[in-house]
Amino acid sequence: MADRSKVKALRAQAKVVRKNVLTMIHTAQSGHPGGSLSAADMMTALYFSELSLRPEEPKWDGRDRFVLSKGHVCPVLYACLAMRGYFPMEALGTLRRESSILQGHPDMKRCPGIDISTGSLGQGLSVAAGMALRAKRDRLNYRVFALLGDGECDEGQVWEATETAAKYGLDNLVIIVDHNGLQNDGPCDAVMPTRDLAVKFEAFGCEAVTIDGHDMAKILDTLDQVRRSQSGKPHCIIMQTVKGKGVSFMENVVAWHGMAPNDEQYAQAIREVEAEPDE
Amino acid sequence: MSEIHCIPTRNAYGEEILALGRDDPDVYVVDADIGKSCKTIPFAEALPGQYVNVGIAEQNACGVAAGLAACGKIPFVTTYAVFGSMRMCEQIRQEVCYPHLNVKIACSHGGLTPANDGASHQGIEDMGILRTLPNMTIVMGCDYWSTRRLVRAAARLDGPVYLRFTRDAVPAVYPESARFTIGRANMLRQGKDVTIIANGDVMSVALSAVDLLAADGVHAGLLDMHTIKPIDREAVLAAIAETGAIVTVEDHNIINGLGSAVSEIVAEEGGARLKRIGIRDHFGESAPYDRLLAKSGITSEAIAVACRTLMEAKKA
Repeated sequence: MADRSKVKALRAQAKVVRKNVLTMIHTAQSGHPGGSLSAADMMTALYFSELSLRPEEPKWDGRDRFVLSKGHVCPVLYACLAMRGYFPMEALGTLRRESSILQGHPDMKRCPGIDISTGSLGQGLSVAAGMALRAKRDRLNYRVFALLGDGECDEGQVWEATETAAKYGLDNLVIIVDHNGLQNDGPCDAVMPTRDLAVKFEAFGCEAVTIDGHDMAKILDTLDQVRRSQSGKPHCIIMQTVKGKGVSFMENVVAWHGMAPNDEQYAQAIREVEAEPDE
Repeated sequence: MSEIHCIPTRNAYGEEILALGRDDPDVYVVDADIGKSCKTIPFAEALPGQYVNVGIAEQNACGVAAGLAACGKIPFVTTYAVFGSMRMCEQIRQEVCYPHLNVKIACSHGGLTPANDGASHQGIEDMGILRTLPNMTIVMGCDYWSTRRLVRAAARLDGPVYLRFTRDAVPAVYPESARFTIGRANMLRQGKDVTIIANGDVMSVALSAVDLLAADGVHAGLLDMHTIKPIDREAVLAAIAETGAIVTVEDHNIINGLGSAVSEIVAEEGGARLKRIGIRDHFGESAPYDRLLAKSGITSEAIAVACRTLMEAKKA
């Protein structure tokens, strides 16, 4: 079981991540808050607990890799990177601005800490599999984490990549699906039903588990189990989440997939996130 | 032509990639279930630790290669031209060209050279499609030795390269001693009357045209523009200055291939007349390779006629 004080500290950290996400998107008046907020708790657990990183040496070859396959939720990644010291916090105010390191979708050539440029859905898991395969071939201990959206799993390439990971026994690959149930045009069930994602990933050769993606203790326990697994299979964590989590008027509302809050909405959103208890 | 040297350039790729893999443990092959046809099986057998086969999943092959390249490997994604340029086009754009990763796309079955396979397998648009992607370099050798040398040069170039090979046999043009630099055309024949700029499997057809013209006292130059991007602008400018008459020859749609790339320079600079010989925007079919070229007007006679027409126009 995860340590209570650690859970509390990470929950507090997740609130800061959420506030930074909202501030970035409000400042830019552009971006994707819904999926950034649904992934915020896992992203906090990864960047402030699980990943082995050297922010002062972003290209350290022994680092764990992170692939944001659902690249449009980069505000949550940028917030974590800035808070870990990859670049100054002030840079968060330049999201989507001309010449910014923080492009509308992640650019590895501009932004320190980005392991691969993404933005076109369905492609990141293949790249992650290539990175994990290289670790196996070169007998390196780093792991690769890929965050996908549930709508993204409509893309056939996701399943090609999963089969490849299974074929090559990539147990150093962790596939995380942010299953918030909504995609661009509406609920997944209406646009393209996902069916049982854990069953699907297991059928394609993974060890899969479904968890509450906002339960920090559960997230930490699951990451711990994945780290200690001896199955020899790629890992898959299906996170049941709420799109827009933490801001009442954004929660489960499709429109907040890619819309920026106005001044009034922003102020209320920040108040709501701050009011969330740490335990 | 010697039978020994009349071989498909995919064979040259298979030999050179094996040599490269033995020289450099970072060189990988990523196959998509057509390794047998693309001549990578000797590599797979000799160097299993540098070999990946993802099955019939080209888009995934491109992404896996990008991941390997992001960790310092030099992967050669190996498939056919139609799949390597179109099935995985957007993956190349997003995960290879945009991040400028060191991935090589190595494709057999370029142009009409899988003659018997028919239109579905004849990659006649590939170089034109990929020419529009920023950061991409596009190369096609014309015979065994040029292909071997250019494959090795591509491995040494840091960044995306598209390499195109033939499925069917093509005659030898170069000796083993020939030298190649990506982005620099090779002068095969000097000429003062007209310049033929060709690449790939139709080089021997262009050479025959030079001989036909020489028999009539016409001195035609011949440039091997093996790299269509970045194109050798200096070589084209020299042709404009020296002959003022240029005929391009390619086994590719005349839209956006070699002929287009040369035309862009001629249109901007002026000073020359130009004709393009190539596939005139139609699909191929199953037929003998020579018949397919003839039906597309890619013959030594047609090239010679085009040269003479330009020379007449110059005089007028």
